[in-house]
Amino acid sequence: MADPINLIATWLQGLLAGWGLAPEVVNFVMTALGVVVIAIFVLLLDIFLVWLERKTVARFQDRLGPNRLGPYGLFQPIADVIKLLIKEDITPKGADKVVFNIAPILALATVLLLWAVIPFAPNLVGTDVNVGVLYIVAIGAISTLGIIMAGWAANNKYALLGAFRTVAQMVSYEVPMVMILLVPVILAGSMGVNKIVASQSWWYIVMVPVAAIVFLISSIAEIGRAPFDLSEAESEIVAGFHIEYTGMKFGLFYAGELLHALTIGALFATFFLGGWRGPFTDQIPILGVGYLFVKAFFIYWVIMWVKYSLPRLRIDHMLNFNWKFLTPLSITIVILVAILDKLLAGVARPVYAGVMLLANLLVAWAALSIARSRTRHGPARVGEPRPVAVPPKPAGATPKPPVSTTP
Amino acid sequence: MQNEPWLFIGLFLVLAPVFPAVALLIPRLIAPKKPNVIKSQTYECGIETVGDSWVQFKVQYYIFALIFLVFDVETVFLYPWAAAIGQLSLFAVLEGVLFILILVLGLVYAWRKGALEWI
Amino acid sequence: MTPLQILFIVVAAATLGAALMVVSVRNLVHAALWLVVALMGIAIFYVLLNAGFLAVAQVVIYIGAIAILMIFTIMLTRRVASESKPQVNPNWGWALAIAVLLFAGLAWILSSWSGFNTQTTALAARADPLRDLGLALVAPDAYVLPFELASVLLLAALIGAIVVAWEKKI
Repeated sequence: MADPINLIATWLQGLLAGWGLAPEVVNFVMTALGVVVIAIFVLLLDIFLVWLERKTVARFQDRLGPNRLGPYGLFQPIADVIKLLIKEDITPKGADKVVFNIAPILALATVLLLWAVIPFAPNLVGTDVNVGVLYIVAIGAISTLGIIMAGWAANNKYALLGAFRTVAQMVSYEVPMVMILLVPVILAGSMGVNKIVASQSWWYIVMVPVAAIVFLISSIAEIGRAPFDLSEAESEIVAGFHIEYTGMKFGLFYAGELLHALTIGALFATFFLGGWRGPFTDQIPILGVGYLFVKAFFIYWVIMWVKYSLPRLRIDHMLNFNWKFLTPLSITIVILVAILDKLLAGVARPVYAGVMLLANLLVAWAALSIARSRTRHGPARVGEPRPVAVPPKPAGATPKPPVSTTP
Repeated sequence: MQNEPWLFIGLFLVLAPVFPAVALLIPRLIAPKKPNVIKSQTYECGIETVGDSWVQFKVQYYIFALIFLVFDVETVFLYPWAAAIGQLSLFAVLEGVLFILILVLGLVYAWRKGALEWI
Repeated sequence: MTPLQILFIVVAAATLGAALMVVSVRNLVHAALWLVVALMGIAIFYVLLNAGFLAVAQVVIYIGAIAILMIFTIMLTRRVASESKPQVNPNWGWALAIAVLLFAGLAWILSSWSGFNTQTTALAARADPLRDLGLALVAPDAYVLPFELASVLLLAALIGAIVVAWEKKI
């Protein structure tokens, strides 16, 4: 009884084979069933996230949050879903109907697709493709396409402007994210996500904390969440690329964004926090699911913490930070980890971890000192302060004598 | 068959859009549909729209996408190298580092030319 | 017909249909989106050929970067994005003739290729094509020179694009 999911799977397989279906069909049906189970599980989690987000933001802002529907307001998301479903679906005049409708579907579907390669437990994973890490990057790339489609289809200049800015930001922050994902691949020696989790006897965050932080920052920027949400900020550009969406279409964008944040939490947990690893997972594999979600929700809480504590970044600050700090930093870390991995081959694990950690901290210190030294020059002095009541002396004029000397 | 893991992803690709599509079909059945001229006007903070719905597209967006493209291709090349690092000699690792450094030159060039500024 | 063959035919029909839509649809942004569908079809072909890495590389590079670049380029020109003209060129007769000739030539060459009838040897159970790819990219007697030259080529592309597209603001 230690592994209920696999037991159910084998029982179901036996049942289907017993009905006389060919083995390939059985395989196909089991795969389809796996897909549906993961998708429904993730979507239910998404609904729970709406409640979690609202309660947490309320607590950060020293208020109560939803507490009327159900115990602790737990049924609030259900009311939200019902409200969104019965709202009228307004399509603006001149909008491109087909693209307008496909964009929200794409936005949610790309986030769902990410859960296919995350290992939930030692032998419980959607699928173990040997290029899992690149698959994750690929799905992230498709989601940027969804945003351009949404912004363009709405026939609204603010939506288009917001979409361009969002895509420019997402595309810029994808560079350090894709580069820094090389680090777990180097450390684990494989692109498969299962192998990355399996080789984390020492969690990678202990070995390469700078890589973990760079991954977190660039992922938060990838999903367009605060403090990087200039492109969809209500006070700046009135919701950005999803201005014209009403009802459930907007709900799909909103839910997609929350789910994407949790997915980033799960990915961070998988790559840097050891995924499903924890005590007793070899005896009771199903505990792995619990560990993974505890870690994922912890990182989701960190993401929410960052969102509700920091002010919004301006877009040129955002992009400068990416191209002039994060990208060189991630390149340095990749080169360093690659060379150190080769030099330390065959060394005992604790020494390996220690040297990597030391190198990371050195790079972090160097990067921060370089960054700090470049910002030491404050705002340029434009003029001297002068008291308000004294009229400024005109340049070159001789001071007028107080008494006229002409007779 | 050898494509076993990919069958899952293929099925997921087909089934993943189904869920949001169902979520969009339900309002089509139960939500009110009362279009009128005012409701379907383009939103511009409550006033009438001024001008075409087209924005001046800055060339800067294109430059960022271009630099991203080059670094993306570079990183995709680096993934097999990173996965096989365990079996490579130090010389081979340095070859990969050389690959990265050549492209860092490109980043430095873009930086010095001011192509990374937003304005 | 094995399921693999049926899948191949479906995907091939989808890809060819999407490619046809790219060149015949009136709205350029729609053409770019159909191109994305066609590129996705090619990625699926790579998967069917057991080249998983190439499939995801195709999606990452082509759909994630090049398609977005194309859409940006289309939106860079105002008239092009909003006008919808038929995509017909006065020389379409010549283009059709050359395309048919090219197709006939390729079909004739491929019809005498023995590769369609030979069974490929199954990979050894221990073989890890991804690791072999990584090793081959940097092995001195394999592909290291093209590997480094590729990076120089990318550098040239980057610098060239910045020189061409970037107007230095004083």
